[in-house]
Amino acid sequence: MHKQTVAQLMRGLRDKQFSSQELTSSLLQRIEQLDGQYNSFLTVSKDQALAMAKAADAQLASGNAGPLTGIPIAHKDVFCTQGVRTSCASRMLDNFIPPYDATVVRQLNEAGTVMLGKTNMDEFAMGSSNESSYYGAVSNPWGSTLVPGGSSGGSAAAIAAGLTPAATGTDTGGSIRQPAAFCGITGLKPTYGRVSRLGMVAYASSLDQAGPMARSAEDCALLLNAMAGHDPLDSTSAARAVPDYCADLNRPLEGLRIGLPKEYFGDGLDSTTAACIESALKELEQQGATLVEVSLAHANLTIPTYYIVAPAEASTNLSRFDGVRYGHRCDAPSDLDDLYTRSREEGFGDEVKLRILVGTYALSAGYYEAYYRKAQQARRLIKDDFMNSFQQVDIIAGPTTPGPAFALGSKNNDPVSMYLEDIYTLAVNLAGLPAMSLPAGLVEGKPVGLQLIGQHFDESRLLNVAHRFQQATNWHNLTPDSITGADL
Amino acid sequence: MPIDQDEIEKIAALARIRIKDEQLPGVTERLRNILAMMDTLQAADTEGVEPMANPLDAVQPLRADEVTEINRREAFQTIAPAVENGLYLVPKVIE
Amino acid sequence: MQWETVIGLEVHLQLATKSKIFSGSATTFGAEANTQASAVDLAMPGMLPVLNEQAVRYAVMFGLGIGAKIGRRSVFDRKNYFYPDLPKGYQISQFSDPIVGEGSFEIQLEDGSSRTIGITRAHLEEDAGKSLHEDFHDQTGIDLNRAGTPLLEIVSEPDIRSAEEAVAYLKALHSLVTYLEISDGNMAEGSMRCDINISLRPAGSTTLGTRAEIKNVNSFRFVEKAIQYEIERQSDILEDGGQIVQETRLYDADRNETRSMRSKEVANDYRYFPEPDLLPIVLDEDYIEALREALPELPREKRERFITQYELSPYDAGVLSAHRALADYFETTASKAGDAKIAANWVQGELLGRLNRDELEISDCPVPAENLAQLIQRILDNSISGKIAKQVFDAMWSGEGDADSIIEARGLKQVSDSGALEAMVDSVIADNQAQVEQYLAADENKRKKLVGFFVGQVMKLSKGQANPQMVNQLLAKKLV
Repeated sequence: MHKQTVAQLMRGLRDKQFSSQELTSSLLQRIEQLDGQYNSFLTVSKDQALAMAKAADAQLASGNAGPLTGIPIAHKDVFCTQGVRTSCASRMLDNFIPPYDATVVRQLNEAGTVMLGKTNMDEFAMGSSNESSYYGAVSNPWGSTLVPGGSSGGSAAAIAAGLTPAATGTDTGGSIRQPAAFCGITGLKPTYGRVSRLGMVAYASSLDQAGPMARSAEDCALLLNAMAGHDPLDSTSAARAVPDYCADLNRPLEGLRIGLPKEYFGDGLDSTTAACIESALKELEQQGATLVEVSLAHANLTIPTYYIVAPAEASTNLSRFDGVRYGHRCDAPSDLDDLYTRSREEGFGDEVKLRILVGTYALSAGYYEAYYRKAQQARRLIKDDFMNSFQQVDIIAGPTTPGPAFALGSKNNDPVSMYLEDIYTLAVNLAGLPAMSLPAGLVEGKPVGLQLIGQHFDESRLLNVAHRFQQATNWHNLTPDSITGADL
Repeated sequence: MPIDQDEIEKIAALARIRIKDEQLPGVTERLRNILAMMDTLQAADTEGVEPMANPLDAVQPLRADEVTEINRREAFQTIAPAVENGLYLVPKVIE
Repeated sequence: MQWETVIGLEVHLQLATKSKIFSGSATTFGAEANTQASAVDLAMPGMLPVLNEQAVRYAVMFGLGIGAKIGRRSVFDRKNYFYPDLPKGYQISQFSDPIVGEGSFEIQLEDGSSRTIGITRAHLEEDAGKSLHEDFHDQTGIDLNRAGTPLLEIVSEPDIRSAEEAVAYLKALHSLVTYLEISDGNMAEGSMRCDINISLRPAGSTTLGTRAEIKNVNSFRFVEKAIQYEIERQSDILEDGGQIVQETRLYDADRNETRSMRSKEVANDYRYFPEPDLLPIVLDEDYIEALREALPELPREKRERFITQYELSPYDAGVLSAHRALADYFETTASKAGDAKIAANWVQGELLGRLNRDELEISDCPVPAENLAQLIQRILDNSISGKIAKQVFDAMWSGEGDADSIIEARGLKQVSDSGALEAMVDSVIADNQAQVEQYLAADENKRKKLVGFFVGQVMKLSKGQANPQMVNQLLAKKLV
């Protein structure tokens, strides 16, 4: 049961092979038994989960169930969940129990999903390895010394370990796609504005986007159907109808033009990873797609642009954590300044502090024009490159990451080399485009992710291509040998 | 010119982040590396390019002027570190 | 040396919306602490702002009211600083692209002259909460009910030259925004707060001196006093060869002085940048034109119309047009009474006098305009004298009813029946023979004075209700 996709579990629930309570209990038990080695969950909301499963079973019995009714899910700990601690993997919010749900959480609750708990992540979603969590690193089910990727590392690892069939994630610079690639699962970062940001603790407001993580493209489509939509309480949410993302999954790929950015297949790319990507592309070609070389001429601006925009926005988004209304407050502050600096000193980890400093610097008097404004201009150039490419092609494909999962601790002391891990994923966020990562092979037993990038609001096309690929290949069905728990 | 420790302390004060003395050299080095990476952007030709704040170049939607919120003070203050008589408490602010 | 004062004012105007600028919380004044602070206002994690359309409309109306350029595309920015009454650690404001651009308006001075004051810009922003320093054993209490109340910050050019002009400017601004009904303008409740930028320079100089900024002054009188104090302070320093420090000062009304705000010693670096949680406000021509057409008559237009239509003096027209409700009251009275000049006298004299005495607003006036009009009609049709009318007005003020019913109930109708008056005149003449003889012996000039005695006696006899004109005529006829 724990290896099944959401689509398979939906059928099992409908056919009464098992109840949601049985399914939920079995996963809760797996989490209890196995998660000690992964550290993928920060909070397991057992009682709520069982109550939700019970309600779901009643709905299934009454015949009023929606497609996702009774499906267990985990939420990245960046989404506020009413009554359930939402820590963002930070000491700052170690004690924070939100009195409200994020829109994404509410919508998935309304769709009947059963929340198992909250998953580990890089602190405030700042990181590419999940090592910046206040609650400790997450280990990759494909190898206990490997990082699961970040920042949605807990969600990806939990799915790969068979602890949940699906999870939510957020992606500011690759935080869904990179851990999906490292953990051999499928993840989708929707178009900016497609999914509400309300109740999702902000990292970089103009880049953040929530999306589904699961075992297949079909599952991502099912989840996105429940997650997407206009939220009048998020000004940047798109007021645009939501299509049925499952409707076009089987559309044939004949005539599909796939752009391959030459900048994504250059020096930085590990050669065995490149070989996996190339054979995946061959599969798509065999199904009738045409491969076309395109150029993203400003790709070299991506990393500096992102690492100006994101920390700048983050530096002020995180000003609200001041020890006054919620969250960590230092003991016996001597004065107001002490309250602020000591609460923040104690509450934030090193990477968060570093990014706050970088962002504060980039916005400070005398540097704004040279950094922030310049980055916003470069951002347009980066987006325009994509727009120009989309004149010639329907989607863009390439590697999700330069190589497979790296070892825990290997990049901790060099932030810039860590930032280079995101080289293929960052531009998508700068341009606001939808993109996916799906398993495309193994390198030395470690999963490799194929990245598909679509035009704004063309998630259906991405899901269609990914689904066709998964119908013809088995990579997404592979599970790490390390999974030992019995199917209860 | 690489950022110096004085400047880092000034930035840290603005951001209300305290850097312990023993951490300052390490932070300085990391920051210098990051800023050097950021500085590679200076070579880009962005002359005449309209800055892009939002990836969709969308415009602001407007909300009707209606009161939609109810008083939830109790729920909000349950999670507050220090409150008295419905007020949030901070160390004395002198003006 | 002769110094010229240069003043620019920044007015923070609370807009009269029902809900906050970025959340659906109520903006009602005086609610219990933090009961009108929503998750958005408290900057709870993950909360996002959504812009109130009414705040935008009001800002545009203000812009149109001062003939300013309206920003077709305006942008919100974050102004970053830490303060406990600022929950997000930044204020959402507008920096580089405000919603209202350059404009101007005219102010009237007491000597009857007028001046045009330039407006640099006006922009939308959110108000902060309040810090309460008392009663918390060395702690400060924070109330965030006010946080997120929409503000329009109106920035003037440094065109103001004296305390009198500053007050005239604020009064004109108050008049404009209450005409537009975009703010209640209630200074006591902080709906209109003023920062004063003030510097001195040698008369004739065209460069600006170093300025001090006096923060958050919240009444016309305090603005006047703070400026007067600051002019003294700065000229004393300059006369002694000293230099003005550019700083923020506070006006202490109890001591009538301004003093430096030492707590702001750290140089601010607000790190403005476009607010990524909000998108640019884009306004089209149709939207702006529709608001322009719907604008009410503004104070200046009304004043000019009063001068031409009712032949009022510029001063009277100014007083009567300063407040929209007062102007409406006057116009209703004038049209119903059929005599604008008498209506103007009554409104400016008796009515304003009593409102001031009882500290009432025109909206709380116990005498409806229709009743004052009826009273004036009774003067015009000689039913009562002006003197009796004041008694009737008193009675109306204390709620005894309308003019006619009071005149009726108290039997105040003027006696114009010539038979009755003749009988009274005869009786007065008969009873005062000594005075009659004195009168008859006097010359023409003296007679004019002496006749007053007989008029007085007749009025006394009639309890003030005799028609004085007729009494005079009868006396002239009989005293021969």
